[in-house]
Amino acid sequence: MKQRKWPETWREVTPGCIVFTPGNASEYKTGSWRAQRPVWDNKKCIKCGMCYLFCPEACIHEDENGYFYADLDYCKGCGICAHECWPQAISMIEEEV
Amino acid sequence: MGKRIGMEVAIAAAEAVALCRIDVAAVYPITPQSHIAEHLSDIVHDGRIDAEFLTVESEHSSISACAGASAAGARVYTATSSQGLMLMHEILPIVSAMRLPVVMGVANRAVSGPLNIWNDHTDVMPQRDCGWIQLFAENGQEVIDMSIQSFRIAEHPDVMLPVMVNIDGFQLTHMIEPMIMPTQEEVDRFLPPRVPFATLHPDNPLSMGCFNMPDIFMETMKAKDVALQGAKKTIIKIWKEWAKIFGRDYQPVETYKAKDADILIVTMGSMGETASVAVDEMRKSRKKVGLVKIKLWRPFPVEEFKVAVRGCKTLAVMDRALSFGGAGGPVATEIKSLFYHEKERPRVADFIMGLGGRDVRVEDFIAMVERAEKKEDDTYEFLGVRE
Repeated sequence: MKQRKWPETWREVTPGCIVFTPGNASEYKTGSWRAQRPVWDNKKCIKCGMCYLFCPEACIHEDENGYFYADLDYCKGCGICAHECWPQAISMIEEEV
Repeated sequence: MGKRIGMEVAIAAAEAVALCRIDVAAVYPITPQSHIAEHLSDIVHDGRIDAEFLTVESEHSSISACAGASAAGARVYTATSSQGLMLMHEILPIVSAMRLPVVMGVANRAVSGPLNIWNDHTDVMPQRDCGWIQLFAENGQEVIDMSIQSFRIAEHPDVMLPVMVNIDGFQLTHMIEPMIMPTQEEVDRFLPPRVPFATLHPDNPLSMGCFNMPDIFMETMKAKDVALQGAKKTIIKIWKEWAKIFGRDYQPVETYKAKDADILIVTMGSMGETASVAVDEMRKSRKKVGLVKIKLWRPFPVEEFKVAVRGCKTLAVMDRALSFGGAGGPVATEIKSLFYHEKERPRVADFIMGLGGRDVRVEDFIAMVERAEKKEDDTYEFLGVRE
């Protein structure tokens, strides 16, 4: 079943807009806002995890080999990871429409 | 049947709130509301009621604390005035948007500057569009009654909105008046314990006051407006119930000798009593003058007001606040807009009166009516100002 992001009409808005399923912000995919995507060069990566720590969206995860990747469902392409990566292993690549 | 008392109205307001078995009060003292804050604090700290009295550092904090306590399910009261209300302004639309049934007494006072601590309505008018229910009390008895009614209205499942009780500063707050104080049994019968729609509790997590994207914000605003507009029906229902228990009748719009009147004075708050004396005076010389008193300012009782003034040629509207640079005072502007599409509409003469504690006497209302009869243009004017 396709989950709706928000109530369709004003009648469906709960009083005070209360959300009875806290944490459901994860159902809202913000990745579509992105103009650039971060791409990791694992040859340069030293697995320090700075990108993971600095990501304001908490969408960077560690894989089984200790390298990092962004969950593109949520990555807004802000580029903070690339800016903070001091071995410069992350580059921001334009999204193609 | 209640107890007949002679009491300062601000003290009586605090006593009435205590009868409502509040859980939390967060009140920051400010003239002319201070006696409410002080006396409520006494009541709590003397152990007369089982409540928390929060000594907050500002009005911004008091209304925020009230919002939090109300979200946790408490019955909450605060009171303020003038600058304090202005400082609360940021939080007021949040409280109503979160549908929290906070009750607040407003001891109406002029807004600075220049600094002035006396009575008018310039503090509450900037809060007009904050989504609160707003009542205007005319005398001490109405202050007691409306303070108690407000909790019932605010907490009603069909309403769930905060309520402001406007109490003219000094003119009401500092008057010693004969009043009837309801008994605890009567209030308990009228006002059951609060049953919140939802509460913040770790066992049952939920999120209140969430972020709205453009895709949902307008739907949320419409839902809030429908709730506020719809509250009128419930308020009237609750007032009918009040009349049954306490024998005192409340209407959104009250009239006095209005039926055959050619000219009607329109007031809000304590000045209604002075105006009614002026009406009696003018009736002696067979002038067909009457009075309309607006008790419910938000939601505005559109139909009730139109019925109350039906057949009348001229409305002499008393505005105790200004909309600087606007088309008129807030009350007259509201009334004019009601009649724009009506075929038969009264002339609306708008008078700015009684600002910053300037006395409005019986003679002033008589002068107002005389001026309204002669007035030909549509502009508002100051009455009682030295030219």
